[in-house]
This record gives sequence, C-alpha cells and structure tokens, in this order.
Amino acid sequence: MELILPDMGLLIWTSIVFVLLLFILTKFIWKPILSSVNEREKNISDSLALAEKTKAEMKELQAQNESLLKEARAERDKIVKEAHELAAKMVDDAKTNAKSESAKIIASAHQAIEMEKAAAMSELKSHVAALSIEIAEKIVKTELSSDDKQKALASKLAEDINLN
Amino acid sequence: MVIKSTVKSITLAFMFLLCLTPLWANETHGESSENHEKKEFNVNEMIMHHIKDAHEWHLWGPDHGGTSIYLPIILIDGGLKTFSSSHFYHGEHKSAVDHKTHEEVSYVAGVGPATGYAMYHEKIYKLENGGLSFEDGHVHGAVKPFDMSITKNVVSLFVGAILILLIMGSVARFYKKNGAVAPKGIAKFLEPIVVMVRDNIAKENIDHHKYHKFVPYLLTIFFFIFINNLLGMIPFFPGGANLTGNITVTMVLAIFTLLITVFSGNKNYWKHIFATPGVPVALLPIMIPIEVVGILTKPFALMIRLFANMSAGHIIILALISIIFINQNAAWGALSVPMALFISVLELLVAFLQAFLFALLSALFIGAAVEEAHH
Repeated sequence: MELILPDMGLLIWTSIVFVLLLFILTKFIWKPILSSVNEREKNISDSLALAEKTKAEMKELQAQNESLLKEARAERDKIVKEAHELAAKMVDDAKTNAKSESAKIIASAHQAIEMEKAAAMSELKSHVAALSIEIAEKIVKTELSSDDKQKALASKLAEDINLN
Repeated sequence: MVIKSTVKSITLAFMFLLCLTPLWANETHGESSENHEKKEFNVNEMIMHHIKDAHEWHLWGPDHGGTSIYLPIILIDGGLKTFSSSHFYHGEHKSAVDHKTHEEVSYVAGVGPATGYAMYHEKIYKLENGGLSFEDGHVHGAVKPFDMSITKNVVSLFVGAILILLIMGSVARFYKKNGAVAPKGIAKFLEPIVVMVRDNIAKENIDHHKYHKFVPYLLTIFFFIFINNLLGMIPFFPGGANLTGNITVTMVLAIFTLLITVFSGNKNYWKHIFATPGVPVALLPIMIPIEVVGILTKPFALMIRLFANMSAGHIIILALISIIFINQNAAWGALSVPMALFISVLELLVAFLQAFLFALLSALFIGAAVEEAHH
C-alpha cells in the first residue's frame, strides 16, 4: 500500500528539481542546441536548393552555348556560302565582261577592218580608175584614130573594169 | 568477440552479485547470530525494501553494521529540524505489541537530535508517551511530522539532474563553440535523440505552427525519465534507486503534463469538453462529467504506466536474483544470473521505451489541446 501512496516530501523535491531543470535546460541548453540544429538543417536544405538551381542554370547555360555555337556555325556557313557566291559571281561577271569586251573589240576590229577594206577598196578603185584613165588615155591616144574604133574600145574597157 | 562478450556477461553477473552482497552478508550474519536461529530469507521484504525510498543509502555489508551513507533528515514540525538519519539507524530499538494481531512489532526511536521521533518502515512518527502503538501492522494514532528529508530518491534525483545538465551542457557547449556544424563526439550521439523528440514526438502530434513552444518541455521530460531510468538500472551507488518507479515522481511528471495541457488548451478543446459538437443537449449532463474525468485519466494513465513498468523491472530482476538466496545455493546462479541478465537488457529497452512513450503521449495530449477546429 505504501508503494502507491505519494510522499509529500519527495513530491516537493521532485517538483523543485523538475522546474529548475526545465528552466535551465530550456534557457541554456535546448535553445542553443535546437537553434544550431535548425540552422544547420536550413543551411543544408538551402545548399541543396542552391546546388539544384546552379545545376539547372548550368544546363541552361550549356544549352545557350550550344545554340550560340550553332548560330555561329550557321553564320559562318552563310558567310562562306555568300563569299563563294560572290566569288563565283565576280568570276562570271568578269567572264561576261571579258566576253562582251572581246566581242566589242572584235566587232570594232571587224568594223575597222571593214572600213579599212572599204577605204582600201575605194582607194584601189580610184587608183584603178586613174590607172584605167591613164591606160585609156594611152589607148585612146593610140586607138582614137577613128571614131568607131574609139567607141568600141571605150565600151569594151568600161565593161571589163565593172566586172572587176 | 565471443570472449569479449563472455567477459562482459561475467562482469555484469558480478555486478549483480555485488549489489546483493549485503543480502548474502545478512544471511551469514543471521546464521552466526547467538541463538543460531536460521533466519528465513524473506523475498517480499527484500524486494520491497529495494524498491522503496529510504533515509540511508546502503552501500555494502549487513543491514545493521554495514556501510551506509546516512542522508540528512529534514522535518518541519514546529520549526525546521535537520539531523543525520544515523540517529535513527543507530537509534534505540524498541518493540510494541500490535493491538489487533498481538504480534510483536519492532521500530527504532531516534537518539540525540532525533529524540522524540521514531522510524518504522522508513516513515517518521512523533513519539507519544515515549512509544508507538500499532494496529493491524500500521502505526496507530501517531502524528507524522512533515518529512522533507533528502532521501535516497531525492539524492538520486539530484544525481540524475546533474548528470543531465552535464551531458546536455557539453552538447550545448559544442554547438556554442562550433556553430551549426556537423556534430562530433557526444553531440553526434545525442543529436539524433533530440531531433527524434522534436520531429517524431513534437512535430508529428502537435500542430506544426505551435509545436516549437512545447519541444523544450518534451525534451526535458524525455531525458529526465530516460537518464533516471538508466540510473535506476545501475545496481550500485549512485544508481539503483527506484526513482522513476516511484509513484510520487511519476505523479509529479504527470501533473506537469496535465497543467501544460490544461493551460494551453484553446477554445476548441474546451468546446469539445463542455459542448461536444454533434452531441444532443440532453446528453451533455452525461458527457461533460465523462469528458472532465477524461482530462484527468490521461495523465493518471501516464503516472501508472511509468510507475508500474519501472517498478516491475526492478522487482523481476530482484526476484530472479533471489532464486539463489531462496535455495541457499550459489549453483542456482547458473539459472538466475542469465535470466536476470536477459531481463536487464530488456530493461534497457524499456528504459528508452517508457521515456519515449511518456513524451509521446504528453505530446499527443498537448496536441489535442491546441488543435484548431477542422469543421
């Protein structure tokens, strides 16, 4: 029976000790321990979140780099292509230019030749005419002893010159 | 490894024997006494003596004439009276005849500063007409002065409190010195327990906006019970007192839980007690008393659970060791020591479990008191 009856003295001592313990532990021990543990837990979770964020950022950056590289490559390809095109065009232009120039030169050469030829021809004609007149004079001088003979000879000579 | 564990078991068994040396010595003492009357070993008396409070701390040797620490006695009886309990233990042996059973009962009357008082079964009485009268095995009619003595349990209480302060203080110092870093040493061992109390006991049972306020209380009650349970399992000084198996101590702890529950109870909690929603008004005269009794039965169960579990543990171990003394043969140790060892290991688990349960149920009751209405 004694075992289950509370003892007032022990009750008072236990209450005093427990209240003191509760006070001291709460103020000087549980607070620093719990705040440190909480702080550390917060640090860890923050660090983890940061790592995750950094990872995502890195990934994004990498993707960005990739796209940038791709763009640069495309740009380069475009530039090279354009350069090729330009070069080809220039060559083409040069070719056509040269062709037209040469054609022009040829044409003008033809023209000059034609003109020279014509000039030479006319000169020749005038020479031939002068020569013919000279010859005719001589012939006429000799042949034009009679009227008939003169006339026949003249026409015959003229015909020959025209055929030439 | 096997050798190591064997050595451990032998050491433990030796420790148990050591704790019971006084008993054994008592036996030999009895045998060699003048009248050669073989004093019978009283298991019940021995066990009760060990699990009850005392005004001395028996270290070794026979009951009378062995080595004890005599603890101070503090009486409030028309003023404060303090003296050593040796004035009782080395007092004047007296006897009286029980008025009902007509058996002779012996008690001790104090000498020196303890004159005028007598001690019977560790209780102090004021002598009347120079003696005590007994009726049915109990002291009859004598006045009991208010006894504020530093008993065995009070010393154990102090030792436990100092131990908690030292252990937890070193943990707190570690964090103060190193800041929020990974724990080392004792902090590494105790931090998971602190976190367990915070997360598994407080956070899980109390509304997560309010649990912070109650964590220090739950931690204190957990470590108070845990450390004192373990201290009670050490069979020699300064352990071995049955502090957490004392109904007074468990009552104080239960009262604290009750007070915290009642004073932190919100409107919703009281509404559930005095006007339980969904209950017809006609039933309220029945429901209110039931609910009010319910407030008290919860901590009452806490008190009984801890008291019964810890006392039972002490009783079983003592009973198993008593097998040797009942049979008066050391060979029985081969049976009793392994069994006592097994129960001791089980008690280590119980020491933790009871501390955990007390804190958990306290958190549950507090959680119910601060819960907000969900409807």
